[in-house]
Amino acid sequence: MAKVTFEKDLCKGCGLCIAACPKKILSLSTDEINQKGHHPAQIDDQSKCIACAFCATMCPDCVITVEK
Amino acid sequence: MMVFEKPKALTNAPLHYCPGCTHGIIHRLVAEAIDSLDIAGRTIGVASVGCSVFAYNYFNCDMVQAAHGRAPAVATGVKRADPSKIVFTYQGDGDLASIGTAETVHSAARGENITIIFVNNAIYGMTGGQMAPTSLPGQVTQTSPYGRDVNTVGYPVRICELLATLDGTGYVERVAVNNVKNVRNAKRAIEKAFRNQVEGKGFSLIEVLSTCPTNWGKTPEGALEWLDQNMIPYYPLGVYKDKFSEEAAK
Repeated sequence: MAKVTFEKDLCKGCGLCIAACPKKILSLSTDEINQKGHHPAQIDDQSKCIACAFCATMCPDCVITVEK
Repeated sequence: MMVFEKPKALTNAPLHYCPGCTHGIIHRLVAEAIDSLDIAGRTIGVASVGCSVFAYNYFNCDMVQAAHGRAPAVATGVKRADPSKIVFTYQGDGDLASIGTAETVHSAARGENITIIFVNNAIYGMTGGQMAPTSLPGQVTQTSPYGRDVNTVGYPVRICELLATLDGTGYVERVAVNNVKNVRNAKRAIEKAFRNQVEGKGFSLIEVLSTCPTNWGKTPEGALEWLDQNMIPYYPLGVYKDKFSEEAAK
């Protein structure tokens, strides 16, 4: 089972992970603000994740950890 | 099973770069190369002046801060003082391709056994988006508001092509980090540049085309697209010289 975790307080909300995700299951939170004052990225549907790690590959801030 | 995690050669300090700046990706690729060759304990990095000036806070190895543009000269000294160390520089285009051109060209001409990571984003980032030697013809910057006019300020410097003509240069490749495929290719190239040094082969330089969303005036995603459509045609990707593989093939 694929598992993606975000270290939310490191996220700057740039959205590069969202653009890279082939399953389109990532989004920026609309109701949460992190320590830096950004809307952090989050995963909407963990069950659709294929653990390709494209999101983590494009993340400039090492926010994302991918397990399978 | 872990598919992807932060490399051990990066510290836990949060990066100061702007949202969407691909410096962070390139830092990670360098750290992954250090991890995969297991050389963190004997690696010494040389940080430049520019946005990447704080690189010494982010890499989990010994670091030196060089004067503006002088990183290859400092790296030469460190490497010659203790050849058992793995020495790399991490420099932007404002550092390596303008004030530090002499140090870059001559360290390549001498064939120093060092690794240079050259981050080219076609603009001066830290000082607020002025025209760099690598800014594209017609590119609008703070100091070229009508676009770079090559009749008055000349043409961009293509470092890879320039260095490939020198006999001292060993391995020169240009890569980009604008999509997953290119990031993976960049990872391979950076690892090879470090491996060349571990094997004592000689001078390696990897030019990485990078973005500056803030000073280009683009969204992070729009900046990746701008890089793809404007920078890659002017700075074609690929291996410009690989003396070591050619020698091995003979």
